[in-house]
Amino acid sequence: MKTITLSHGSGGKLMHDLIRDLFLKNLGNPFLNKMGDAALIKSGSKKLAYATDSFVVKPLFFPGGDIGKLSVCGTVNDLAVSGAMPRYLSCGMIVEDGFSYADLERITISIRDACRFAGVNIVSGDFKVVEKGAIDGIFINTSGIGEVFEDSFIDAARIKPGDKIIISGTIGDHAASILLAREDLKFKTKIKSDCSPLNKFVSSIICRDIKFMRDPTRGGLATTLNEISMASSYDIAIEELEIPVKKSVKALCEILGFDPLYMANEGKLIAVVSKSAAVSILSKMKRHALGKDARIIGEVKKEKDKKVYLKTQSGGLRILDMITGEQLPRIC
Amino acid sequence: MKYIDEFRNLDIAARISGLIKEEARGLGDMNFMEVCGTHTMAVERFGIRRMLPENVRLISGPGCPVCVTPKNYIDKAIALTSLENVIVFSFGDMLKVPGTNSSLLKQKLKGKVKIVYSAFDAALFAEKNRNKKIVFLGIGFETTAPTVAATVKYAKKKKLENFFVYSNHKVMPPAMKLLAKDKKANIKGFLCPAHVSAIIGMKPYARICEGYNIPCVIAGFEPLDILHSVFMLIRQVKSKKAKVENQYNRVVKFSGNIKALRLIEEVFSINDSDWRGIGVIKNSGLILSKRYRDFDAEKNIDLPDVKTSVDKGCICGSVLKGIKTPLDCALFSKKCTPENPYGACMVSSEGACAAYYRYPAPLASLGYGTSRK
Repeated sequence: MKTITLSHGSGGKLMHDLIRDLFLKNLGNPFLNKMGDAALIKSGSKKLAYATDSFVVKPLFFPGGDIGKLSVCGTVNDLAVSGAMPRYLSCGMIVEDGFSYADLERITISIRDACRFAGVNIVSGDFKVVEKGAIDGIFINTSGIGEVFEDSFIDAARIKPGDKIIISGTIGDHAASILLAREDLKFKTKIKSDCSPLNKFVSSIICRDIKFMRDPTRGGLATTLNEISMASSYDIAIEELEIPVKKSVKALCEILGFDPLYMANEGKLIAVVSKSAAVSILSKMKRHALGKDARIIGEVKKEKDKKVYLKTQSGGLRILDMITGEQLPRIC
Repeated sequence: MKYIDEFRNLDIAARISGLIKEEARGLGDMNFMEVCGTHTMAVERFGIRRMLPENVRLISGPGCPVCVTPKNYIDKAIALTSLENVIVFSFGDMLKVPGTNSSLLKQKLKGKVKIVYSAFDAALFAEKNRNKKIVFLGIGFETTAPTVAATVKYAKKKKLENFFVYSNHKVMPPAMKLLAKDKKANIKGFLCPAHVSAIIGMKPYARICEGYNIPCVIAGFEPLDILHSVFMLIRQVKSKKAKVENQYNRVVKFSGNIKALRLIEEVFSINDSDWRGIGVIKNSGLILSKRYRDFDAEKNIDLPDVKTSVDKGCICGSVLKGIKTPLDCALFSKKCTPENPYGACMVSSEGACAAYYRYPAPLASLGYGTSRK
């Protein structure tokens, strides 16, 4: 019997196959078929973006954030990288019988603070309680509507050979903090999740020369670059030496055998920008706290094999594929 | 990062790669086996094949602990999780390995499996939860065995009656000897494992080296270590005199780690062991010795009977012996993928098939180098 497994949800190949073979096949329409982080909708003269995201993180509280903050950032960031300023959010919570009131309050306050920081409001909500054991603590869904920036021209079809790839900061911080909080791994580090709303950052850099943006969440930088390559049909080549990774995250990855290129981020974006404007966009990014570690990491190639190449630190070359399944700590 | 980035240096890598090309010219085809799974991973991750000339081939060996753990052991470990009051503790990458009907990852969702980075964490958990039976899945080679041995000693000292090790530890030299004998593999040199050698030292390789006239170089795991070691192997081939050399001398000492070796000797005894894909190799396994039998899961917990199915159509055995590469397998990347592995070499991140799958060779047509050898 065919069943859904955890790997279907890890953001990699299996999930993409499922989306294509089940969801697009049955639910497909011109908006959904674009498979963007948010759908772009016209309402009168206004251009709107509409996105949704669900949150099932374990543990609920981790260094640098919690499920509440994450649930605001997730939807806000999907709207922001689609070139929109988030305006209105909805929030649905499903809670397990017996869940601590104090924890629910802590999560709610965290949602409030993240909304204030991002300048959005929860304007619609839903709350359900299910019997013990039916879910693990609390699940949250948020959806949001944003207004598309006037000078936003985000469209994968505009990506051309020679365009530069920028990452807005260090990668792997979120996944590393979750991993440390989740498993019984006794490491003493100061690694914190990068979980933050990107909308104000985006509004400070948005311009016609930014052709495409995406936030590298599940599956990490490597998987998101593959999505960009698929959406544009062009190959992408990046340089390992240019990719910013915090020392502590790198060390943890070396010990556990993890690849930071496949680790989730919650406060970073990848931008594909025209070659001529790359340096000026990079310096604009660096002026903002969320972009201070931004780097140009590679470029779009003219070949159309939809592949992503990594020039390794030591001068080797390999294909960066999408993530397959979850990464697990190695033996030795 | 200190002590890491220096050993990944771009310019030095290019220089050694140039030296290798010069040295290897006119020597004919050379198969060098990287015995250890971590070498396999590094070779693929850093794209090292592309830095070697056509006549130098790196082939993957049996040194991935997860890959060579027999399926029946996995089935038994899974069955253990269904026993009341038992919690199974494991290293992370064991979890994906499919047994006949399930995997430990599926059991983890039910809270019966926990991931630890050290056996010691499992013993500490046992100490705090004396009403639960804690079974640690002891797998791996000489690298992991000493820490497990130290943990068992700790358990004895603390009189932990609820801590058990289900041991499937293996030792490397007997497997290398078997491969050295195998004419089909045609191995011209061994890149000996870095961490294993840190424990056992240089001596155990001498018999393999002298007995079968196969050059052995103990190699570190970073790209420059591997390139340097390949260079040393080629020099040995050229001089026609096989010896044991130690490239990884910043860590590996001639006699290894005496303290760790004594721990292994005290806590374990040698037995014959089944290697997935290869079969039983004489004197290649470690079980808990008589003195520590109270901590042996097999002697103290009724392991449930399990029926284990045979892997069909999979050529992992030949891949582990270096006779074939994953690309020779009809199942590879079609029916057998990391999400749905058929054989041992696809399940662990260190397995040759998983490494080939995760790090496919760039297409020659793009001018990024030649196709994979």
